Amino acid sequence: MAVVSTRSGRLGNRIAIAIVLVITLIFLSPIYWITTTAFKPLVQATSVPPSVLFEPQITPFVKLFTKRAQLTGPVSPEVYEAAPWWEKLVLDGGERLARDGNGDVVFSAYPDRFVNSLIIAITSTILAVSLGTITAYGFSRFRVKGEADLLFFILSTRMLPPIVVAIPMFLMYRAVGLNDTHVGLIILYTAFNVSFAVWLMKGFIDEIPKEYEEAALVDGYTRMQAFFKIVLPEAATGIAATAVFCFITAWNEYAFALILTNRRAQTAPPFIPSQVGTGLQDWTVIAAGTVLFLLPVAIFTFLLRNHLLRGMSFGAIRK
Amino acid sequence: MTEIQLRNIDKHFGPVHVIREINLTVKDQEFVVLLGPSGCGKTTTLRAIAGLEDIDSGDILIDGKPVQNLHASERDVAFVFQNYALYPHLTVYENMAFPLRAVRQNREEIDKTVQSVATSLGITGLLNRRPSALSGGDMQRVAIGRSLVRRPKAILLDEPIGSLDAKLRESMRVELKRLHIENGSTSIYVTHDQVEAMSLADRIVVMHEGLLQQVGTPDDVYRYPANIFVAQFVGSPIMNMAAADISEGSSGVSVSLGGVSFAFPAALSGKLKEAGAQKGKVMLGVRPEGVLLSHEPKDGYVEVTSGIIEPLGSHDIVDLKVGDIVLRARTKSGFVAGPGLKVWARIDPAQAHFFDTTSGSSLEIRL
Repeated sequence: MAVVSTRSGRLGNRIAIAIVLVITLIFLSPIYWITTTAFKPLVQATSVPPSVLFEPQITPFVKLFTKRAQLTGPVSPEVYEAAPWWEKLVLDGGERLARDGNGDVVFSAYPDRFVNSLIIAITSTILAVSLGTITAYGFSRFRVKGEADLLFFILSTRMLPPIVVAIPMFLMYRAVGLNDTHVGLIILYTAFNVSFAVWLMKGFIDEIPKEYEEAALVDGYTRMQAFFKIVLPEAATGIAATAVFCFITAWNEYAFALILTNRRAQTAPPFIPSQVGTGLQDWTVIAAGTVLFLLPVAIFTFLLRNHLLRGMSFGAIRK
Repeated sequence: MTEIQLRNIDKHFGPVHVIREINLTVKDQEFVVLLGPSGCGKTTTLRAIAGLEDIDSGDILIDGKPVQNLHASERDVAFVFQNYALYPHLTVYENMAFPLRAVRQNREEIDKTVQSVATSLGITGLLNRRPSALSGGDMQRVAIGRSLVRRPKAILLDEPIGSLDAKLRESMRVELKRLHIENGSTSIYVTHDQVEAMSLADRIVVMHEGLLQQVGTPDDVYRYPANIFVAQFVGSPIMNMAAADISEGSSGVSVSLGGVSFAFPAALSGKLKEAGAQKGKVMLGVRPEGVLLSHEPKDGYVEVTSGIIEPLGSHDIVDLKVGDIVLRARTKSGFVAGPGLKVWARIDPAQAHFFDTTSGSSLEIRL
């Protein structure tokens, strides 16, 4: 009996692994595609049927960070010889780098947009998670009048597709001078995320036995101290999970960023697709921008993976 | 010196009246157990003393000072929770040092105190572990240790060993008693387990539906229950209780239970009259050990039939069909061989309790 069950168990394991493998492949295929595209020569990036084998090159990344113009005629051999290796890559592709009056290379707006994305996503995530945690704590621990109604109201802000209010938002933002500002997008993304953060954090805080705080209260701590010393460390897992979700939402947001910003505060999502090449859509540059754009979320999630995976309470309470 | 006084404590949870006008004084170094079924208000009373629950009216005095308006942190009491509430993100050492950090003691003092308390509890080997790596009994010791480090004015314990298995509960009971004798701290202990209450308490406070039913030493509460509730709540198996029909005969008083008459001393009728008992409104209670059995007919014994027998090793509990009721008797093991047998029984007058059926109060008759 034991042998049979072990064998079937092993078989079940293998099937599970196979299924997970297939799902992982399906999920990773777009990432594989965009990453390989970022290293392909332009011709191969758009070839039909798609080419799988190619010689990787970093030309798209050079193009991503620079401004360029179409070459009008052949480059003189002296100029070509004098150019650094990365400029040669661009020249090989039939473009030249744009230079300013001093002859310095003009950088593209990508780094600025990327930094904008970081500032806006990080700040709004911190705000949404902090506000959400405090609010959730209040709802979880105190008798709040009309608690159910208030929580429903908070959730109801997410029941409308946000894009419906895009035009009114644009008009209001213009009226108060918030369009194309970091603060404007930070406020907007915080407002988006805070309702989500409240609900998520309430679930996590409800799970923390109130006896933890009560023990601290009896032992001479104020409620504030108990919150910081006991509740926050216990809620770390929930905070990490909430932060990841908020960060991803803010980081990926496209529609409002497109409508409410155009230069100073523009984030990467609306910027990347605007990276047309000179004369044609340069998919390799867009892919390069996308690959770099993927990294912060990947790193952030990777750093918090232990918190995301760890169980909430690990057995110091007997239920 | 710590004395805790409750004066007319009253509390509602919405429409539910959880504590009704409770008055109680816990003396210095006393171990008082609040005993009652779940929902009787015992835990709420304890939490109110700790400051974890507000009260509607009344005064809570610790050492003569009213504390009902103070925060829990200002009352200088310790609380041991049923689920221990050990902080999972801290080690045992840090858990025990936590209350001392609140009063900002320096590192050496904290270390000294934690080590000495850990030694007295025999948990020095666990100090670097996380609570999750502890057994139930050890978690319990750590929770007690955490309550002792601060040398609080009083220790409040809310069913601290309720979630342990039976065997461990027994040994922890002894340990708690030893600790209390060593430390002499004023303690209030909440439980629904009457065995725990009997074995630990200097005084037992029996509660039911937010009311104090009886306050007294374990012996008092067991031997002279103040009412039917206490009589049936304390003691295992529970006290036999039946409507008693009392009549005076030539040789004495006979008490009829379920249609069967048991002989009682003549003094009973006078005492019943004195206590103001009304005819037909008297309940008789007798613990199983107060039902005496004999194999052959004896003076004062009546014939009954045995029913189900519960052999418990050290003794048996035997169901007896007495007319249309069942009395349970405690006998030597194997005394009654099986169900359906003829035995003779009598009720020990010294162990009989008489209650007023209407009020449920004891008539305080001692024969």
